Amino acid sequence: MDQPHAIISVRNLIKNYADFNAVKGISFDVYNHEIFGLLGPNGAGKTTTLEIIETLREKTSGEIYVDGLSVDKDANAIKRIIGVQLQAAGYYPNLNLVELLELFAGLYGVKVKPMEMLEKVNLQDKAKAKYKALSGGQKQRFSIATTLLNSPKIIFLDEPTTGLDPQARRNLWDLISEIRDQGTTIVLTTHYMDEAEQLCDRVAFVESGKIIALDSPDNLIDQLISSGFERKKEVKKANLEDVFINLTGQQWREG
Amino acid sequence: MNKPYNHTTATLALAKASFRSIMRSPSAVVFTLAFPLIFILVFGFLGGGGVKVDLAVAPGSDVQNPVMQALENTAVIRLIKDKNNDEIQNELEKGHYAGVINIQKSGIEKPEYLANVSYSAASIDKGNILKSVLNNLMYTLNSKDLKPAVAEIRESTVQGRTYRTIDFILPGQLGFSLLSTGVFGTAFVFFNLRQTLVIKRFFATPVRRSSIILGEGLARIGFALLGAVFIIVVGHFFFNFTLIHGVTTVLNMLILSIIGLVVFMGFGFVVSGIAKSESTIPPISNIITLPQFLLSGTFFSIDNFPSWLQPISKALPLTYLNDAMRLIAFEGAGLWDVRQQILIMLIWGIGIYALAVKVFKWE
Repeated sequence: MDQPHAIISVRNLIKNYADFNAVKGISFDVYNHEIFGLLGPNGAGKTTTLEIIETLREKTSGEIYVDGLSVDKDANAIKRIIGVQLQAAGYYPNLNLVELLELFAGLYGVKVKPMEMLEKVNLQDKAKAKYKALSGGQKQRFSIATTLLNSPKIIFLDEPTTGLDPQARRNLWDLISEIRDQGTTIVLTTHYMDEAEQLCDRVAFVESGKIIALDSPDNLIDQLISSGFERKKEVKKANLEDVFINLTGQQWREG
Repeated sequence: MNKPYNHTTATLALAKASFRSIMRSPSAVVFTLAFPLIFILVFGFLGGGGVKVDLAVAPGSDVQNPVMQALENTAVIRLIKDKNNDEIQNELEKGHYAGVINIQKSGIEKPEYLANVSYSAASIDKGNILKSVLNNLMYTLNSKDLKPAVAEIRESTVQGRTYRTIDFILPGQLGFSLLSTGVFGTAFVFFNLRQTLVIKRFFATPVRRSSIILGEGLARIGFALLGAVFIIVVGHFFFNFTLIHGVTTVLNMLILSIIGLVVFMGFGFVVSGIAKSESTIPPISNIITLPQFLLSGTFFSIDNFPSWLQPISKALPLTYLNDAMRLIAFEGAGLWDVRQQILIMLIWGIGIYALAVKVFKWE
């Protein structure tokens, strides 16, 4: 395999809060055009790491480059080439989706047609709806639409599928894969291992502010198996989620 | 990324979004437009009438006589006819009528008529007004053909602009509208944008903090000016609110409105910074707005306040906004003439923004 081009490089990242050390010397690269997953329990430091790369949070020490730009010196230039979806972020009150996209277009200084953006995430029917009135999956798709306005090189998704039903999750996976296929690098966090296994090209396990493993899902699984691990229960060819999807149908049921 | 980032575009996009949001927010519309308008309507209709006392005419009283004619022409007195004795007695006991009059032909040459008047003990002050009006009226009637023995009163009234209730009330309401829009609106918006992480999401775009403040400020100023124009137009065309130099006066009032609003928004920034939760915003905001509502000459002239209260009144920024508004609207002062009031507001502004910079929180 050729040495892939690293679009994000994080070296010895440390973040100390007053009373605890959230990130304790993390180093990793994110390659161009990949879907990179940060996995780990709550409080492991995933969101902190993400927000430092997004230039939303100050780091204590370490070096971070995003597409060759330093987070210390070129924060504004970085903001122009990334798209950010925050965990649980709200949107400006009393505005409909088209108006919100117009606002973000102005904030990014780009000219886009809001309806085209909504079509990308299949929300054209909700153009006049308020963000609050959307279902969980629709909210996440809209958030992703706002990250795409500036045609970013990288988008960051913080727990994009938390709280969604299986159909909405799978639907979002398809959307995320499509965005990657169009040439955008994606960094996401998740608690769901099935999601990481299906979606991510490479994953990093974060535990108590440290990376304890980093590789492709396949390699990680193979390593575990080669160490002699065996599941207690024999794996069947389908799981309960497959049953659920098979019974309730693939189509979206949101409203 | 070929063209450079334009901060003006970002600021205007924010101003537009914020303006749309304000226009759809019920509380903003109620505070800025409905409240002041209701007060103006109430005082507009109340004002101008002056004091009126009700005088009942007893059944069976003669009505074709000079006394009756003179009473009909007295603006202060409202004659109540067509009531029977029981009804009149009832209203007199409650003090609703100041008195009852019964005029009869005397049957002799002089005086030709006898006027029996009973006053209500339940309404002494109205009774006294009635008494003096009647005395005055009788004196005029009786002395019509006589030369005065001692001295004759020659009365005249200096002609001036009529100072109506609306001329006092409207500037006060305008000032209060600006105060509530500035304090409540700004406090709620920035608190909510912070709590719901809207501002954090903004920070993930290249927008500058100053653009966020400026965009919000522009939207609020635009909305408040729209409200001010609306209030002035309604006051002028429906209640004869005095605008000495017409459009120039309105423009001066609007410039003054902007100065006032910017100062009051400083209070809003402070409140949004110190409020711990959304439910603590109204009480904190009320601590700022209510005393000014009552003590800054919104409803009553501060000259009427007891002397110990006046220094407090004279320390509040709204007092100077109200004062300057009235001078501009009614006396035709220019902005330079009210520079002292503007200066005091600006001093408040500097103080409050210095505090806002310390307590305001972005996240």
